[in-house]
Amino acid sequence: MTLLTIRDLSVAINGTTILHDVNLTMQPGKVAAITGESGSGKSMTALAVMGLLPRGAVATGQIMLDGTDILQTSEPALCKMRGNTMGMVFQEPMTALNPVQTIGDQVAETILIHENTSKTAAHRRAAAMLERVGLPNDRFPLSRYPHELSGGQRQRVVIAMAIALRPKLLIADEPTTALDVTTQARILDLLRDLVREFDMGLLLITHDLAVVSDIADQVAVMQKGRVVEAAPTRQLLTDMRHPYTKALFAASTHTVYLPVRTASVPLLYAKNIVRDYPLPRKQLRGPRPHFRALDHVSFSIDHGERVGLVGESGCGKSTLTRAILGLEDVQGGQITLGGEPVFTGKKPNLTVRRKMQVVFQDPYGSFNPRHRVDRLITEPFHLLETPPTGMAREVEISKALQDVGLSQSDAKKYIHEFSGGQRQRIAIARALIIAPELIIFDEAVSALDVSVRAQVLDLIAALCRKRPLSYLFISHDLSVVRSITDRVIVMQAGKIVEQGETETVFTNPQHPYTQALLAAAPQLPELKHATEIV
Amino acid sequence: MIRYVTSRLASLIISLLVASIVIFAVIEVIPGDPASFMLGVNARPDTLAALRSEMGLDQPLIQRYFAWVTGLLQGDFGNSWTYKTPVADLINDRIWVSLPLAVYALVLSTLIAFPAGIYAASRRGSAGDVTIMGATQLGVAIPNFWFAMILVLIFAINLRWFSAGGFPGWDNPALALKSLTLPAISLALPQAAILARVMRSSLLDMLTEDFIRTARAKGLSHRQALWRHAVRNALIPVLTIIGLQFSFLLAGGIIIEQVFFLPGLGRLIFQSISARDLIVVESVVMLLVFTVIVVNFLVDMAYAIVDPRLRTKT
Amino acid sequence: MSRSLIIGLYLTAFFITLAAVSLVWTPYDIQSLDIPNKLHRPDGTHLLGTDHFGRDILSMIMMGARTSIAVAVVAVGIGMALGVPLGLLAAARRGSLLDEIIMRGNDLVFAFPSLVIAILITAVFGASAVNAIIAIGIFNVPVFARLTRGAALPLWERDFILAARVCGKSAFRISCEHILPNITNLMIVQGTIQFSLGILAEAALSYIGLGAQPPTASWGRMLADAQTLVSIAPHTALIPGFAIVLTVLGLNLLGDGLRDWLDPRIRVVRT
Repeated sequence: MTLLTIRDLSVAINGTTILHDVNLTMQPGKVAAITGESGSGKSMTALAVMGLLPRGAVATGQIMLDGTDILQTSEPALCKMRGNTMGMVFQEPMTALNPVQTIGDQVAETILIHENTSKTAAHRRAAAMLERVGLPNDRFPLSRYPHELSGGQRQRVVIAMAIALRPKLLIADEPTTALDVTTQARILDLLRDLVREFDMGLLLITHDLAVVSDIADQVAVMQKGRVVEAAPTRQLLTDMRHPYTKALFAASTHTVYLPVRTASVPLLYAKNIVRDYPLPRKQLRGPRPHFRALDHVSFSIDHGERVGLVGESGCGKSTLTRAILGLEDVQGGQITLGGEPVFTGKKPNLTVRRKMQVVFQDPYGSFNPRHRVDRLITEPFHLLETPPTGMAREVEISKALQDVGLSQSDAKKYIHEFSGGQRQRIAIARALIIAPELIIFDEAVSALDVSVRAQVLDLIAALCRKRPLSYLFISHDLSVVRSITDRVIVMQAGKIVEQGETETVFTNPQHPYTQALLAAAPQLPELKHATEIV
Repeated sequence: MIRYVTSRLASLIISLLVASIVIFAVIEVIPGDPASFMLGVNARPDTLAALRSEMGLDQPLIQRYFAWVTGLLQGDFGNSWTYKTPVADLINDRIWVSLPLAVYALVLSTLIAFPAGIYAASRRGSAGDVTIMGATQLGVAIPNFWFAMILVLIFAINLRWFSAGGFPGWDNPALALKSLTLPAISLALPQAAILARVMRSSLLDMLTEDFIRTARAKGLSHRQALWRHAVRNALIPVLTIIGLQFSFLLAGGIIIEQVFFLPGLGRLIFQSISARDLIVVESVVMLLVFTVIVVNFLVDMAYAIVDPRLRTKT
Repeated sequence: MSRSLIIGLYLTAFFITLAAVSLVWTPYDIQSLDIPNKLHRPDGTHLLGTDHFGRDILSMIMMGARTSIAVAVVAVGIGMALGVPLGLLAAARRGSLLDEIIMRGNDLVFAFPSLVIAILITAVFGASAVNAIIAIGIFNVPVFARLTRGAALPLWERDFILAARVCGKSAFRISCEHILPNITNLMIVQGTIQFSLGILAEAALSYIGLGAQPPTASWGRMLADAQTLVSIAPHTALIPGFAIVLTVLGLNLLGDGLRDWLDPRIRVVRT
């Protein structure tokens, strides 16, 4: 018997059509994935199934779930179904839980709202459910508050809430996107097990094709509110029909070709870096405890070398970035760039600073919204003794913009007129305008859709061909690091656990942590058809 | 939790200390010779000398300050020069008008604002919301003392439901409360308007939070999600406003007491200002500031009850 | 533009015009007393009637608008001129001892409502409009300091500030170039709200005799004079009250309208 059938679902919000004739069918006990880039309408489809469309949304068509048409069901009846027949898990575990309520109360609430049972009984069942999702009661009592848990643990709580009444359909909207790769692997394992054990359907919304190929039985690819292709996963992977599907998979497995690196003269040199953050005192007396964010970190980057830095959140990546940039002092060791220390007290040493630039992750937060592009990208001129003015400045601006594939006319625009990918190009233009010797890419492509990401990676490779660049490419995404770097450094808990030639590390990891990271990262199977069209 | 309480407590003590220094400096140091300031230029030398020794002006500044503070700690506020009685007695007579008035007004303001704010937020954009928001917009703009005059005009002069002023004392609590009712309403309504607006916007902020969506996905109705999850979280900014409002109600009470001829701290302070009785002014101001600081401390404690994150963090 | 913005603009412009016109012309001279014509109801000769000295209430309202606006503008100016730099400084040195001192200082000033400050000042220096300005102004300092710091702190965590730091810019320069332009809208909106609160505070202080002294006209003192006459000549109490309500309402609507127009995410503080 079919669990969920979506027929010709269209959704319009305030007159704008968001979804066009979406069709989808799934069976109980199976995993159906909806994938696509941002704005494709995949989350909206999920919300429509939950009957939680935003205000002002008008839906037409049919959503048959277990014999009931969601679109024809009244709100009170929908409330009875939500959490009972269907449950939902969201992307952001850090904000998905009520911060002022214990996890026990929040899980028990699902039970109490639907069943006429005692509070004690509901708490007992909540405890069992938390146990089932991997939060044993002796370590995670019901009285815990969300802020006392990590992101992965919170996501387990959200899952426990969603499945407490064993719903027939579980919808998971990017459930692992905000999580580290090893945590992601464990959460996906949990979801897979739950589907089997409870014989429920899992509707998985994800942008990550590797996750799709890893867990889903069937896939629907969405683009601009339409399902462009839907098929069983195995079939889709071997025989893609729609050009968008092919393009999407091609972008996901995109590899760039870096030019061979040139001479090896040391540029950046870091030796035994220690960075401690003071923690609040536990006792009134005695020494203040410290959190060691960087623990004797040593590495170097040569001229023309492209180095990757991988590790999970909290491993010390951002702390290291700030230390290299000379924004914060370190408690031990020294970082030198071209032989000079990067940190020079309160007054920054401009001769060192002008040798480094940085490209940040968030294309929306990297620019002052009140300045025009020409002012934004010329900010590094502040580091020069004699910054170009007048005509010379105009020439520099237009050259910098053209280098990253934008045009001179973009100089007078404000940043909100650009898309995320264009903004990252502008960020690269800003970093390159004073021709620094070292560039730090701090998760610079992590916030981008796969196709845009592929373009930006291509741009970086093209820039390398034009002029040898030295950079430190920081990323949590192993597949990206693999193609864009010569050498890779793996960090865990403030320590470098492994470093070496990128290919060597990826094919023959030595440290158990590197091995775990690589094993946890979901992989797309070799795709003959996808690579053919590139 | 203990860390949080200790740090707040330390902050409370430092605030009180600095406040007392500021008040002492303004009253006893800036005028130069407070005694001749109080008595005016034509004072007789022997009166002046008597006041000087009464105020301890022959002693060094530091010693005078410590004498004043130790006095305050023991409940000894000095003696009023004009009333010739201990200031503590004067305050004790009046505070039982001012404090109940402020509390009464705070209770009224909260009782009006919470339902109004929650109702408006839960039915955002409805006629009820628009009406409430319009009324609060007006309420925020009305000066409470003028509102008090209008209330007197309507309810005391025209309808004769209340007396226009005065206070019968607490011998008959019902009568005392009744005579405080118009003053409390005139204090409370403008504050209720502010509080209702804060409550509404704070709730609307909460309703866009992810955890509300999670609650809805569990099967809670919009109302249930609002009451069980949004309200308690929305209380955090609202508590701040309630704390601030108490000080405004206490200070605002000084003005309202003038409208209703209530024998409270306001009357005492104005009489003392015109009589240049700095000893009384100093003590009453210190008392007002003390109350405000202590209330702020209590609000900080209330945060910790509402928000578990404060209990574990610093 | 929203309806509240338009209504707010009109009301505010109206009272500013009243005040401006009073600089050159008022229907009657408010210094001359005309006891025989006292407590006239509004009519053709005196549009808004006369008070207990026979003075023209319209002229008094016009002169009073001047006092109110002047006191509130200067007081808000003091609050902004001191509060914004303090807030910027605290945010630039966040977590330092200096930040702690500034913020604790703010908390402390907050414990002195402007009325209490006015009482202290008046007790020592006597009552005057200048003292009212100082009292309201001092109270505005922590309002702007807190708001500025609160708005600047998240900005300091943004990547574009980090980028500016990477470009070697000093905290002072970043505060001026990047922080200040991004909090201007907030300051404009809050400034409007504080302006309206200043008008209310001036009226209250004048009402209890701690503000503007005769012969300066003031809405608050007009109400104080009217208090005992409220039963026989209600218009003497109603008209100045309406003037205050309409001005404050206009400024609040203007503030809300500006907020919606400039940036709906702005949260103002109103106490």
